[in-house]
Amino acid sequence: MSVAAAPDATALRASILTGERSCAQVVDGALAAIEARDGELSAFLSVEREAARERAARLDERHAAGETCGPLFGVPVAIKANMCMEGVVTSCGSRMLANYRAPYTATFVQRLLDAGAIVVGVTNMDEFAMGSSSENSAFGPTHNPWDVARAPGGSSSGSAAAVAAHMVPLALGSDTGGSVRQPAALCGVHGFKPTYGRISRYGLIAFGSSLDQVGPLARSVRDLERVLGVLSGHDPLDSTSLPLPPVEPERPEHPERLDGLRLGVPAEYLGDDLDDGVRRSVEAALECLVELGCERVDIDLPHTLHAIPTYYVVATAEASSNLARFDGVGFGARGEGDGSLQGMFSATRDAAFGDEVKRRILLGTFVLSEGYHDAWYGRALRVRTLLRRDFEHAFEEVDVICGPTSPTTAFPLGERVDDPLAMYRSDRLTVPTSLAGLPALSLPCGLAADEGGAPLPVGLQVIGPALADARVLRVAAAFEASTDHHERSPEGAGSER
Amino acid sequence: MSAEFERDGTAWISASTGTRWVPVIGLEVHAQLATQSKLFCACEVRFGAPPNTLTCPICTGQPGTLPVLNATAVELAVRVALAVGAEVAAESKFDRKNYFYCDIPKNFQISQFDRPYCTGGGIQLPSGRFVRLTRIHIEEDAGKAIHDRGDETLVDLNRAGVALIESVSEADMESPEEAVEYLEALKEIIRYVGAGEADMEKGQLRCDVNVSVRPQGEPWRTKVEIKNLNSFRNAREALEYEIPRQIEAYESGDETRFPRQETRLFDVRAGVTRTMRSKEGASDYRYFAEPDLPPLALSESFVERQRGLLCELPEARRRRYREELGLSEYDARVLTAVREVADWFEAAARLSGRPKETANWIANDVLGGLADPKIEATSIDELPLKPFDLAELIALVAEGTLHSTGAREVMGEMLRTGAAPRALVAERGLEQVEDEGRLEVWCREALEGREQVVADVRAGRIKALGAAVGPVMKASAGKANPRRVREILLRIIGEDE
Ligand SMILES: [Zn+2]
Repeated sequence: MSVAAAPDATALRASILTGERSCAQVVDGALAAIEARDGELSAFLSVEREAARERAARLDERHAAGETCGPLFGVPVAIKANMCMEGVVTSCGSRMLANYRAPYTATFVQRLLDAGAIVVGVTNMDEFAMGSSSENSAFGPTHNPWDVARAPGGSSSGSAAAVAAHMVPLALGSDTGGSVRQPAALCGVHGFKPTYGRISRYGLIAFGSSLDQVGPLARSVRDLERVLGVLSGHDPLDSTSLPLPPVEPERPEHPERLDGLRLGVPAEYLGDDLDDGVRRSVEAALECLVELGCERVDIDLPHTLHAIPTYYVVATAEASSNLARFDGVGFGARGEGDGSLQGMFSATRDAAFGDEVKRRILLGTFVLSEGYHDAWYGRALRVRTLLRRDFEHAFEEVDVICGPTSPTTAFPLGERVDDPLAMYRSDRLTVPTSLAGLPALSLPCGLAADEGGAPLPVGLQVIGPALADARVLRVAAAFEASTDHHERSPEGAGSER
Repeated sequence: MSAEFERDGTAWISASTGTRWVPVIGLEVHAQLATQSKLFCACEVRFGAPPNTLTCPICTGQPGTLPVLNATAVELAVRVALAVGAEVAAESKFDRKNYFYCDIPKNFQISQFDRPYCTGGGIQLPSGRFVRLTRIHIEEDAGKAIHDRGDETLVDLNRAGVALIESVSEADMESPEEAVEYLEALKEIIRYVGAGEADMEKGQLRCDVNVSVRPQGEPWRTKVEIKNLNSFRNAREALEYEIPRQIEAYESGDETRFPRQETRLFDVRAGVTRTMRSKEGASDYRYFAEPDLPPLALSESFVERQRGLLCELPEARRRRYREELGLSEYDARVLTAVREVADWFEAAARLSGRPKETANWIANDVLGGLADPKIEATSIDELPLKPFDLAELIALVAEGTLHSTGAREVMGEMLRTGAAPRALVAERGLEQVEDEGRLEVWCREALEGREQVVADVRAGRIKALGAAVGPVMKASAGKANPRRVREILLRIIGEDE
């Protein structure tokens, strides 16, 4: 496997174990890269300099003492601002939680730490994960490292940008309708949303509970596989986490080949609305997969068209309830109001939520209201079942499904802020898999120049049936090994050493 | 108010119109389950702890936390369902009931809406009516908002998340007395199966009443809900106020006064109900399936295991005590009020073979001992006195060794120390004097100077004999057998004739 100029997490850890680098040096490198680039990119909301340095020093001592080193030993990691780590500000990109320090640590963050990772900072995001560009963050947008005038995608915007700019080799994001995969595609990095329930949600601040899934962003498939092994596995604190052990990678005899694999290509994912550059890169990637031994099968996912409206009913309904707790009573911001309790609730929520969050809370409240509940929420649940069946039928004939992750490359900041529906459509190729709870991965499959501008990354999406996370990773690894797309970095990246 | 009505059975007969009005009453009862920890987190459940000391990130609704269902709560809830002959659903689900209030930290309550774990069943009231149950469901309790501290509202979340069951009855009751009977019966069942203490003082049993009135034989009219009645007395008094209020409103003929669908609160001090909110302003709870909890699946073997843990229920026990053991209704009720007492009684009665005497001793002395502050026992099982010893005492009296006065003294000592009765009797010389010679000497002394007694008895007024029995008992220090004393006195009076 070829490795990018900047070492990935797997290589970094190996070099620490051989003594080539110390944890302290690795962390200093990451902090220096953040220092150098983040003024321009705004990927981070906070950087835990002292804590990270202290932890690196302790890890170096442990290494020197001959203790066993976990699978992410010494790896600097960024976490998204909706992930709880005791004592760290977990703002969700919102004024509501601007000063909220989590009183506990998320299961998946604890697992990162137990594996030896070093959390270096908290990344920017669309407020409460609602958005596809970072422009809904209360703390200003993150800029795409490939072109700072463009959006990095969202909502895991800072995590994608931080990995793309080589500030960290690894970051966590959360994916509700594409929030890991879409920014990964737009920033030219790898992003994986595992099967729903693979990674515990305990400590992930909820947006749409039946859709939310933590997912890693990295610069190699082997890093995704490594971190999935650390984060997955049942958690008794999350009743919806799968009662299964951590994901075991597939170890085929010829990992570079995909002979006999039936590759489904849905017509709905290659429609007229695709950017030409995206189409060219994805078609080339599909050909490459065929060369690796895949048998291409054209398939239909007939309900794809309904995925966006269905998603915006289901996710907003759950969000309206999940976000009800932010009322000024127990934690977070508090407004004054007219002195009554209801007045305080209203004042707090009016002042501390941004427009998009309010829009979605109103939408979610509406679709659950008496008299509308069945026509909207009830119907959305039924369509969700149909979408799920689309995939079930497809996976009777194929082993994986591939297509683009995003219909466009990174779009200019400001282009879609006044058109929420255009913004919602950015996710139309990632939302169906979220509704179906399936594992899906985005990895770089080329660069496309937009109107004579700078070349921008395109993401290939690899989708598997439920629980086939390892198969998705294997397909992505074979593709990665046969191309060099993942080695392309934006200018200025890689100054971390 | 009720002075204007004559009551005949369940009918309230109007003095002015002669109409026979019959109330229609249904109850919704919240009962706390006797779990050690809360329904969805590990926090301890305890009454009277300092505010907000029994809380954690989960029950304070911190963002990112998730509920995990307490298995014991389900076991206890299922036992109640089985005890009322209800059907336990093989699969039910949890739902979110959304509303804003400062005492529910998430601003939604996890409850069961359209698919509760328990449907049907019913309770036989001692007075004869069978009250059907609509359903029972599991839900979490709210915290407590305290409004009486100046301008501030304080919130105590110790109770937030405590496991409750809510039992909803059909509107099968027709009088305040039946409503109270139902409450008592339900409380008894909950205590008997060990599902809860159902102590109203501690807020472990709370009830809402639905009530309407109708002329006998006519269709139901608009029902009014009276909320949060926290004692049996409140429930009765609220109904005794509300029923004539509704009848008078109808009889006034003024339609603006007719009862409307509304929620009223009972003002304990004033003894009246007042409008809290009308139906038009009622909340829309926007129920939807709780996405953080999987459906609740209860296997047949689980349900059967709980059935095996049920004991004979109080109503069945009372019937057996009356019909098979010949106890009075009163004694049966006293003995079955608490399950441990009934179990204790049955053990003692089996040993003594004299259920009536056993019942008398328990009702008059043993339960009194429990109330004695000098005896440190909070339940009958903690008393030093054991069923075997009571049976011994009863045997001593029955065989004539011990006189009832002496027995009472022995009992007092047994309650305090748990000493064996035979040893006590010997130690204190309390055996009854059966020696004819000594008894005759005392009798002759007693008759000396009591010529009037002798004359009265000879004239057939046997009752007069008592005046001579007393002195004999006194002379014997209570050890004489009074039955023998009477026989000897009668013989002496007869001899001298
Ligand atoms: Zn708790």
